[in-house]
Amino acid sequence: MESGLFIEKLILVLVLFAVSLGIAMYSTYLERKVAAWFQDRVGPDRAGPWGLLQPLADGGKMFFKEDFIPFHSDKWLFIIAPGIAMFVSLVTGAVIPWGPELVLESGHTIALQVANVNIGILFIMGFVSIGVYGIMIGGWASNNKYSLFGAIRASSQMISYELAMGVSVITIVMMSGSMGINDIVTSQHGFWDNGWFTWYAFKQPIAFLIFFICALAECNRAPFDLAECESELIGGYHTEYGSMKLGFFLFAEYTNMFISSAVIAALFFGGYNFPGMDHFSGWALTLIGTGVFFAKIVFFIFVFMWIRWTLPRFRYDQLMHLGWKKLIPLALINMLITAVIIAISEGWFSK
Amino acid sequence: MQSLTNRSKMVSDKKMTFLEKLYLPAIFGGMIITAKHLFRKNNTIKYPEEQRVFAPVYRGQHVLKRDEQGRENCTACGLCAVACPAEAITMVANERKKGEEHLYREEKYAEVYEINMLRCIFCGLCEEACPKEAIFLTDRIVKTDDNRPDFVYGKDRLVEDVNNRIDVSRRQLTGKRKEK
Repeated sequence: MESGLFIEKLILVLVLFAVSLGIAMYSTYLERKVAAWFQDRVGPDRAGPWGLLQPLADGGKMFFKEDFIPFHSDKWLFIIAPGIAMFVSLVTGAVIPWGPELVLESGHTIALQVANVNIGILFIMGFVSIGVYGIMIGGWASNNKYSLFGAIRASSQMISYELAMGVSVITIVMMSGSMGINDIVTSQHGFWDNGWFTWYAFKQPIAFLIFFICALAECNRAPFDLAECESELIGGYHTEYGSMKLGFFLFAEYTNMFISSAVIAALFFGGYNFPGMDHFSGWALTLIGTGVFFAKIVFFIFVFMWIRWTLPRFRYDQLMHLGWKKLIPLALINMLITAVIIAISEGWFSK
Repeated sequence: MQSLTNRSKMVSDKKMTFLEKLYLPAIFGGMIITAKHLFRKNNTIKYPEEQRVFAPVYRGQHVLKRDEQGRENCTACGLCAVACPAEAITMVANERKKGEEHLYREEKYAEVYEINMLRCIFCGLCEEACPKEAIFLTDRIVKTDDNRPDFVYGKDRLVEDVNNRIDVSRRQLTGKRKEK
C-alpha cells in the first residue's frame, strides 16, 4: 500500500472516530433537550451557554465515580463487555460513504469512505449482530437476575428483528444490484429521474418502514427498549455497571443510533445525494454532499428521539408478535413482489 | 351506574379493526401531538434568576417584629408556643433591667426564642395567637442546610434588623386581622 493512501485513510479514520464520538456525546444532550421540548420544559441549560457543556460535565461525572465490580461477577467478562459494545458500534462506520468522492485538480481522487468493501451492507449486518454480545456478556457477567433478564430480552429481540431487517435490505440490494454501500448510494444519484424519485425510500416505502422499525429495535430504543426498562428491570443489562463502564454502554447506544441513522440515510434517503447536485463539482460538491448527509443523519436521530418521547413501551409478547408474525412475512412478500417486478422489467419471462 | 368523573370510559374487549392493528395511524397521531408540544411555550421558571410571585397568604420564614422605636414587641407570653401544633417554638423569658427600655417594649422579654424550622409546619397559628403582633410569617423561604442543629433558628436570625425592616403589611391584611 502506498504511504499516501495510508496517511489519507489514517486521517479519515481518526476524523470519523472523533466525529462519531462527538455526535454520540451531543446526542445525549440533544436527547435531554428534545425530551424537554416535548414536555414543555427547558432542559439542561446551566453548564455553559444553553447547557452546551452538559455532555462534558456528564462525562466528567462518569469518570470520577467509583469503578465498582460486584464480588460474584465474572470480572474478565464484566470488564470486556462494555468494550465489545463500544467497539462494535464504532467499527460499522468504516463502510459508510460520508460524502461524494473528492476529485482534486491533479486528477487524484479521495474517497470519503474508510473501506469500500463490496459487501458493505453484509459487513454492517454482521457487526450489528455481534453487538448483541456486548449486552449479553454484560448481563451474564453481572450475576444479577435483572441484568440477565435484560440481556435475554435484548438478545432475543435483536435476533428476531435482524431477520426482517435483512430481508428488507435484500430488496434494496436487488434494486441496486450491489451490496457495496457506495454503489447503493450512487444508484440513488440526484433526486428525480425517469418520472419518479431516485431515493429508495420512495421506491420501496414498505422496505423502508420495516428497516426503520427494525433499526429502532436493534438500537434498543423506545418503543422497543425492553432490554433496559427503567421501570421494570431497573436498567436491564447495565444494572450492575457504574462509572465509565456504564458510560461506555450508554455511549455505545448513542453511537449505534448515529450509525443506524447514517445507514438509513445512505440506504433509503440517498446518502450524500441531493436535488440539483449535478451543478456542483470538486470541493463544493464534496462539502455540500457531506453536509447534506449529516443533516439527514441528524434528522433521523431527531426522529428516533421523537418516537422515544411519544410512544409507550411494547409488551414482550407484542414485540415478538410484531417481529415474527407481521414484519417478517411483510418483508418476504415485499421482497418477492420486487423480485418479480425486476424479473419482468428485465425481460426474464419473455425469453 | 353513575360515573364518578366526566372522564370515565366504558372498557370493551372488542376486536381491533385492521387500521388499529396496523398501529401506524395511532403512532402518527401521537407523533403529531408531541410535535405540537415542540412549539408550545414552556412553563419553566428559572428559579434563581426568576422567582414566582407569592400569594399574599403565603407563609414562609418567621420574623420577630420591632415597634416604630426599634423595640422588640415580644413579651415572651408563650401563647405562640402553646398554639404551635408541631411544638416547634421554645422560649426563655427574662425581666427587663433598667436602661434596657430602648431594647424591649414591655417589662418582660424573650431572652431565648427558638423555632425549629424542621418541626415547623408553617400553619401560621403562632401568628394568630400572638397578642402583641410580634411574630409574623413572611414570604421568605427557609434556606437549605446540611446540618440539623442549624435549622433551629434563634433570635439572631428571627428578630428583624432595625435598619432593614421586613414588610409584613400584606400578612396584616389577611385572615383574622382583615375583619378588624
